[in-house]
Parts: sequence; C-alpha cells; structure tokens
Amino acid sequence: MTRRSLLLQVAILAAGIAAPFLFPGHTLQVAVLWMMILFAMTWDTMGGQMGYNSLGNILYFGFGMYVCAVTQIGMVYDVAEYTAATGAIKVDFTRQEYFEGLALGVLLAALGATALAAVLSRILLGLRGPYFAIGTLGAAIAAAELTAAWGFVGGGSGISMPVFPGGPGDRERFFYFMFLVAAVLCYLFLRWLYGTRFGLAINAIRDDEDKAEALGLHTVRYKTVAWCTSAFFLGIAGALFGNMNGFIEPLEVAYPTLTFGIFMVAMTLLGGKGTLWGPILGAALFYTIQQITWTYLLGWQYIALGVLIIVNVVYFQQGIMGWLKDRKPEWFGVRVEPVPGSAARDGSS
Amino acid sequence: MWENLQILFAAPVFNVQLLLNGLTVGAVFALAAYGLALVWGVTNVKNLAQGDFVMAGGYGAYEFSKHGLNPLYAIVPTAAVMFVLGWLVYRLVIKRVIQLDLFTSLLATFGLAIVIQQALNLVFGPDVRTARSGLAEIQMFGNMVTVSEIRLVAFALCVLLAIVMVLYLKNSRMGQAIRATAQDPRAARVLGVNTDRVYALTFSINAAICGAAGALIAMIWVIQPFYGIAYSVRAFVIVTAAGLGNLPGVILAALGLGVLEQYSGFILGAQLQQATVVGLLLVILVWRQILLLRQRKALQ
Repeated sequence: MTRRSLLLQVAILAAGIAAPFLFPGHTLQVAVLWMMILFAMTWDTMGGQMGYNSLGNILYFGFGMYVCAVTQIGMVYDVAEYTAATGAIKVDFTRQEYFEGLALGVLLAALGATALAAVLSRILLGLRGPYFAIGTLGAAIAAAELTAAWGFVGGGSGISMPVFPGGPGDRERFFYFMFLVAAVLCYLFLRWLYGTRFGLAINAIRDDEDKAEALGLHTVRYKTVAWCTSAFFLGIAGALFGNMNGFIEPLEVAYPTLTFGIFMVAMTLLGGKGTLWGPILGAALFYTIQQITWTYLLGWQYIALGVLIIVNVVYFQQGIMGWLKDRKPEWFGVRVEPVPGSAARDGSS
Repeated sequence: MWENLQILFAAPVFNVQLLLNGLTVGAVFALAAYGLALVWGVTNVKNLAQGDFVMAGGYGAYEFSKHGLNPLYAIVPTAAVMFVLGWLVYRLVIKRVIQLDLFTSLLATFGLAIVIQQALNLVFGPDVRTARSGLAEIQMFGNMVTVSEIRLVAFALCVLLAIVMVLYLKNSRMGQAIRATAQDPRAARVLGVNTDRVYALTFSINAAICGAAGALIAMIWVIQPFYGIAYSVRAFVIVTAAGLGNLPGVILAALGLGVLEQYSGFILGAQLQQATVVGLLLVILVWRQILLLRQRKALQ
C-alpha cells in the first residue's frame, strides 16, 4: 500500500468520525451513506468480482432486519402478541435488555442471513447470467410478499421496534457509529479477501467459469462463500437499519427491491464494478445525487433514477474507476509504453 | 385454505368459473410472453420492461376510452402509439445495448421499467383503473358461473393476433428477414438484410403486441402503474418454461399459468397471488437447473 492511499484512508476515517459532531443535523443521512457504501461493496463481491449479477441481494438485508427484530422482541415479550397489537403495547425495555437484545439480534441476523445465503446458493447459484439476475429478483419479491402475508411478524402492517433508551441525539450517534464500524470492517475484510487466493478464484469465475472449473477450482464452494460474505454484512446492515428507522415493514423498509435493491447495482456500476474503490466512490456520488434529486425533484425522483441507470449502463459502462483506469493507467500501477505512431490508450486491460 | 379447497370439490361448478377466468386471462399472458420470446429470440435482449409496456398499453386504452372511444376499438390506436414508443425506445436505448453483455441489457430495461411505471404513476395516479367495454355478461349453470362477453372477445382477439403474427413471420418478406436475423445476424447482414431495421421493427412490434395485451387487460381486469413487474415476471415464467421459439409451448404455458393463478388466488387468498407467480418462477428456474445437471452427469 502506498503512503498516499494510507493517508487517504485515514483522512476518510477521520472525516467519518468527525461528521456527526460537525453536522449534528444530518447524522442519520450520513449514517445511511455508510450503509450505501456497505451495500455497494457487498454487491460488488458478487456482481463485480465474481460476475454474478444479483438483483435480489436486498433479500438478506430484509431477512437480517426481521431476524433481529424478532430476537429483540422475543427476549422480553411474546412476539405474536406484540405484533398483533401493532404498537399498542408500550414497550419498556430497560437499558440492559435493549442492548443485550440488540447485540444478540445483530449477531443472529448476520448468522441467519449467512445461513440463508448458503441454502439459496444450493438453489440459485447454478443459474448463470440473466437467469441468475431474474431468479434473485424473484426471490427478493417472493420474500417481501411472503413476509407481508405472515401474521406472526406483523404482516403488511409491520413491527414498531423497541425504543432506544436515551436521548434522540444519543440514538442517532449510536447507530451512526455502528454503521461506520460495519462499513469499515466490511472494507477491511473485503480488501484482505480480494488479495488472497480466494479473490483470484472468484475473478477466474467471472472471466470464464467453465475454464476455472476445468482448472480444478471448486467453483460452487467459492460462489457459495462469496454470496455468504455479502449476506453476512447485509444482515448486519439490515438489523441496524431496522433499529435506526424505528419501524419495519416488508415492502418499503425491509425488501425495497426498487429503491435500495437497485441502488446497490446502480452505485457499483457508477463507480466501476470489479474494483475495491469503485463501489465506495459510486455510493458516495450516487447518494449525494439521490439526496439532491429526492429533495428538489418531487415526484420525479424515480424517473431521474431510472434515467440515471439507463444512461449509466448504456453510455458509461465502465464506471468512474474504469474510466480513470482507461485515462490514467499509471495511477493504477500500469506502465504504458508509448508506441510510436499510435495512441497508447488501452494498457489497462 | 382447506375450506376453500373443499368448496371446489363440493361445488364443481366453481371449477368452471376458475377455468374460464384463467383461460381468458392466460390468453393475454400468452400475447405478452410471445412478444418477449420474439424480442429475446431476435435481438437477445431480455426485456424486463415487458410488463410495463403492457401497463402503458392499458393506460392508453383507458385514456382513449375516456375520450369517448369504445376501448375495444381503442386497441388499434393504442397498438399504433405503442409501436411508435417501441421504435423510440429502440433508437435511444436498446440499439446501444444489443452488442453489450446480457446483464447490461437486462439492467437497461429494468431502468426503463422504472421510468415507465413512475411516469404512469405521475400521470394517472396510483389508483386501480379499468376501461369499460360496455359488453354484457353471460350467465351459465343457473347463474352460478358468470363470464363477461369481453373476456370471450379478448380470447378471440388474442388467437387472431397470434395467427396474424405467425403468418406475417412466415410469409412476408420482412418476416423472413426477422427469422433469418434470429438464426444468424451476421449471415443475414451478409445476404443484404438490414439487421438494424429488423431489430427496430421487432422491438416495435413487441411494444405494439404489449399495447394490445394491455388494452385487453384494462377491459377484462384492472390496471395499475406498479402491476407491470408482475406481467414481466409472468412473461419470463412462461418463456422460460416453454423455451424460445416454441409457440405452442408458450400458449400452453400461458393458459396453464392463467388457470393456476386463478386456483391459487382462490385457495390461498388474493394476497399470495403475486408470491405464487414469483414462486413459480423460482420453481421453473430450479427445475431447468436440475435438467441441466442431469445433462451434465450424462457427459461424465
């Protein structure tokens, strides 16, 4: 790692720690930014590094959210009774009950989402290309519909989450730092992972799965582990987001295929898929654009989103990182020998 | 759930009602799926905006009928408008993703789907709408079974449209060019077929078919801006189950899906209807995978 990139990372981390104190009014918005970065990074593990474009990764987010909610409530109350009352039971969690429940809930959410990914891998990872994308989209929609029809977890009317013990400022800062830690851990883990043999193996699967298999890679195992990694972090993000939001419900909060679910893909593509920093850059840029359009384009924001996706995929395929790699290959450690008489442009690939 | 199942056995006449509803709706599914298979086969673009084209067609017919035109006749102008829209979409978006990898086209059409459904939502609002055709209802089996005439008309129109399409592809010069492009675009280009025009025409025809299907849906069922995704999923279910270029298979699968949805809606309740469709999609994808796995084993 060069000095410059280390400095950059330390600067970003310092900015992240300072943000809630500098802009106390926007703590939750910046917390969601960290979540978006986590979304993009986990999507890139599958879509960018391994070439398996999932449209339904949001499934693990929602699953983690519900596992955490049921755990937190189940430790103190009867879940069915609680959800049936739809918020009429005034929940009084003591400080200790709340944090014990949250810790256990986040843990179970992460493990539960990982286990679900392992099970779904057996079913869906044999699909390739567009079939995988459509299959995962179907799985996410099915999960939303089934949750909405399941009375035990409140069905379509959702669950109101336990109230955070402490002032509103405390609550925002607490979840902000939880998200910051989750995103940073995810980054560090993925950076390490892509540097190992595992990273090379999933890149080989992306480039040519049949050849990778012919070379003796146990592709199913690699694909399963990659998806479980995504699911693990998404489960944590879901558990935290449910608590930060204070209210969960299947269609808009837990399994929002059309917002968060498609944001993941759009952010990664915008930043440049298959790179470590592309998703982070894409998430930051996309989230900024989204916040602006959501505020100023009342009603038109989804159309802007759709147009952004189309323009991104059709005219700006390689993303920011890919574009930079194309323009400034020397920044990425690629030496380009100037060839006399021709423009030396594609030294990156 | 069990009570509903028992009703079906106790009063077999309900089966007739469900079958009739399912078959008439299934015929419209067949139209949308046929359009999807056509575009898929010729351009290799998997159009995730298929259902949203259907909804756009439905709103077209609704709008024409609001201005005094019988929605039954509104099918023609709706299809024409959708044809033009399809041409525009091809020129702006699809043309540029045909050469790229498959996920790109999938995502581009997904973006298109978002744009269309949100535009419909902005213009027409999120309420459920229907276009009244003004046709009567037929009572059968001593008023136990009700079928509106429009459903039968819709069924007949679907059959007619399918026959016209098949004859067009088989006999006309352009139809032959479309089929040639589907088989081998490069060879077709060498032999003088303007493949760009073929792609544009195929996509526009698909949009027109979807428009007609949507107009029929608006008359026999309901339309809503966000129902499009369900039609896209249905079209995928049908085409994946039947396979490309298998028209009898597409029709059978579509009618089967229509009937199955009616039954599951009756037995499991309406709130699980969409879950049934996507569940079926997963089942079919897994089933395909098992078939492929068996093929692979045979190679070892």
